[in-house]
Amino acid sequence: MATVDFAVGIGGENGQGIASTGDILARIFARRGLSLNAYNAYQSIIRGGHTFLTIRTSDGPVRSMGDKVDVLIPLNQDSLDRHLRLMKAGSRVLYDADKLKPGAAAAGVQLCPMPMKDLTKGNKLAANTAALGAALQMLGIESEPLEAVIARQFKKKGDAVVAENVGIARAGYDYAAQNFKPFPFKAPKLSRPQAIVTGNQATAMGGVAAGVKFYAAYPMSPSTGVLMWMAAHARQLGIMVRQVEDEIGVMNMVIGAGHTGCRAMCATSGGGFALMSEAIGMAGMIETPMVCVDVQRAGPATGVPTKTEQGDLWQVLGAGQGDYPRIIVAPASPLDLFRTIPELFNLCDKYQCPGLVLADLLISEGTVSVDPADLNFEVKIDRGELILPNGNGETENPFSGYNDNAYLRYKNTASGISPRAVPGVPGHIHVAATDEHDEDGTLISDEFTNPAKRRMMVEKRARKMQNAVAEIAPPKLVGPEGAAVTLVGWGSTEGVIREAVEKLAGEEGVVANQLHIRWIVPFHAGEVTRILSRSKRVIIVENNYTGQFARYLRSETGFAAHGHIRKYDGEPFMPHHIVNAVKEQMAGKQEISVPTHEVIV
Amino acid sequence: MSTAVETAPAPATPGVRPSQLTKDTYKGKIHPDWCPGCGDFSVLSALQTALFELGLKPHQVLVVSGIGCSSNLPGFINAYGMHTLHGRSLAVATGAKLGNHELKVICTGGDGDGYGIGGNHFVHTMRRNVNLTYIVMDNQIYGLTTGQISPTSVKGMKTKSTPHGSVENPINPIPMAIVGGATYVARAFSGKQKHMVDILKGAIQHKGFALVDVFSPCVTYNKDNTYQWFNPRVKILEDQGHDPTDFHKAIERGYQWGEEIPIGLFWKRVDLPSLEDLEPVLHDGNGPLAGRKLGISKEQADALIQEML
Repeated sequence: MATVDFAVGIGGENGQGIASTGDILARIFARRGLSLNAYNAYQSIIRGGHTFLTIRTSDGPVRSMGDKVDVLIPLNQDSLDRHLRLMKAGSRVLYDADKLKPGAAAAGVQLCPMPMKDLTKGNKLAANTAALGAALQMLGIESEPLEAVIARQFKKKGDAVVAENVGIARAGYDYAAQNFKPFPFKAPKLSRPQAIVTGNQATAMGGVAAGVKFYAAYPMSPSTGVLMWMAAHARQLGIMVRQVEDEIGVMNMVIGAGHTGCRAMCATSGGGFALMSEAIGMAGMIETPMVCVDVQRAGPATGVPTKTEQGDLWQVLGAGQGDYPRIIVAPASPLDLFRTIPELFNLCDKYQCPGLVLADLLISEGTVSVDPADLNFEVKIDRGELILPNGNGETENPFSGYNDNAYLRYKNTASGISPRAVPGVPGHIHVAATDEHDEDGTLISDEFTNPAKRRMMVEKRARKMQNAVAEIAPPKLVGPEGAAVTLVGWGSTEGVIREAVEKLAGEEGVVANQLHIRWIVPFHAGEVTRILSRSKRVIIVENNYTGQFARYLRSETGFAAHGHIRKYDGEPFMPHHIVNAVKEQMAGKQEISVPTHEVIV
Repeated sequence: MSTAVETAPAPATPGVRPSQLTKDTYKGKIHPDWCPGCGDFSVLSALQTALFELGLKPHQVLVVSGIGCSSNLPGFINAYGMHTLHGRSLAVATGAKLGNHELKVICTGGDGDGYGIGGNHFVHTMRRNVNLTYIVMDNQIYGLTTGQISPTSVKGMKTKSTPHGSVENPINPIPMAIVGGATYVARAFSGKQKHMVDILKGAIQHKGFALVDVFSPCVTYNKDNTYQWFNPRVKILEDQGHDPTDFHKAIERGYQWGEEIPIGLFWKRVDLPSLEDLEPVLHDGNGPLAGRKLGISKEQADALIQEML
């Protein structure tokens, strides 16, 4: 059971060092063994605007940004004005008394003015560091861990910068000790330090665990973090990383590398994914495995580049013209991204098809704590029926090829899976063609068009997926059977829905349970139908306007949900949004609820 | 007589190739479905001859094409092939070359495929100096879609999409490639196959990005740029003492068009490393990426976790 659960909010302009302040804080909490979740609300500008970082931490599990902020650190007047009105009794607001003027605060909010000019000795960029020191003091955290993390953070900038920042943090810490009332609780210290990771880092490391040797990308928010991690680690891990001219080039390069036998991967966002679509169909047609991550952001078109949405489900379901097998998965958290990518590579290798991941800004740019023991890089590797150049050496006639007819790349097998030789293997020469082709790779689309062969090849490819659903774990109902309401979500919303379920039971006396979907294709339609048909009331929670998953569920199962909670304002759900919407629907007021995001960021 | 019988190869099983390199080794299973008289037959034949004369084994060669008449070539040659999407051959080929840099990668396609829809990849593959050979069968027309202008169609050309004559200027791939960073830039003509073999051998042996733009007449849809039109005009640079290391001369000859049109090697430089040369990941002694062991060591994993603590 959690004994403490609090959140720190830091607001200011882009360029005021909010991200690094957040990193320092996250690392301090994680090193104490606390669980944490950090969400940064920001805009697509490099300087200015309004950025608001929420770091929530607890000695129990933290699955979302939560509903409240306990310590507000506004670095400019705008942030103070936007957030002060939302602060509740018992919370603290730390601000620069020389610069900022607080408006009216709710009763019980402790305003903590700090003489920043003195504390920072005039360093205008260091007010956040002084405030950090003060906040930690009020949370009962010793100053040594703060100093250690600051030293780590500023190491590259030299000893003088480290010393200056440690001094400023210390000044803030001491000032708080003398002037402010600490919280009635202390941040606990647990025995097992946690690691901190973003979803994009976890995605990259999932690729590393899977054995990715080729990664290509075109920078696109919010997926760029994967490229940056891969580029930074490419040489030490032996991975070819390329920044390509556009996403069309990215996907085609990835398929080229994948075709030679490399595990190859890329990540993008919806707009880049749209450019990749035709090539994803090529991977389906020539049966070359690869993995592509769509880190969804609010669309369409350029949309809101720095905001989250689950709006690409149907784009991914329909990527590329024609009808071909693909695997689609929507991981629920950064750790789930790390674990799912190797699993997906195994499936793609086995079924020789594209693997598509639906992540989103919330989990991909969000920072969470994970138990280091959960970051297991020794994963199961299954490459399926793959014939590599070093697999059979020069034992077969290196001058042979088409005319021998011994090897059929697209052999019409019972399973639909044809042994895959890659270029460079003697005796297995073939053409991989995007035109419809015969078992040996010969084009049938031009002068040899033959309806019987076309049908055979469509069925061969489709047959691969017939039993694939048995390879993936079916979704499980979490919470009491016979609950009054079942909340269904997919992908990134698992954590916030779980917390809403707990809140409903704990604070509202409403018994709810949760069915969360990760694997979209193949889909456990039978098991999902079995669970939902026994539910009293099914409400689908998703971050889009049209209920993309609700429609998909209906298309796959015929099941129509009783209610919907949808959010499409760019910001993620907070637990109370879901709680209030469920109450509203149970009172019969609404069938579709659209929660209002109270914080304007 | 008896000696001759003993040394002769065993009677060939129908459809099985002898286990030695012969001129027919590169013969494909399918007879090309190009129009009779198409310039692409000559390019296919020249490529097969070049590969044979260079002594390459078919399984070490990957021929990557896009979409269009000429992009059907991988089906007609006995080598590994990828018949990819319209305009994408260079991107796929770059990935394949980096995935297995021991492969000889040759891209084939047309002017619409390479200079039109694939123009972006063309520009960037050149500047990267990817170690591959790009053969563009340039017929100055879209053939497979039955005759519309292409990026190399001359101004004024009447086609089904320009019934009043094209008002646009064409691309000139030769100067474009020279300034774009290609390190071997040549032109050949389907009517001069022996010359083309030499140009292709040079391109395949070149370590870097080699462009060979080939005048490969479309006998069905291009009634302007025919064999008869080219024959008196093309002049072989090698016969004229052109120095392919002279940048300004190369550009100047690349712009030449009209009564005399140069073919041959315009530009070559060997002082620039290719992309694969510059990537340390390919030179750690572990061979091509495609054949490497998957996963990382315990020490590497521990180091990654340490970064997160």
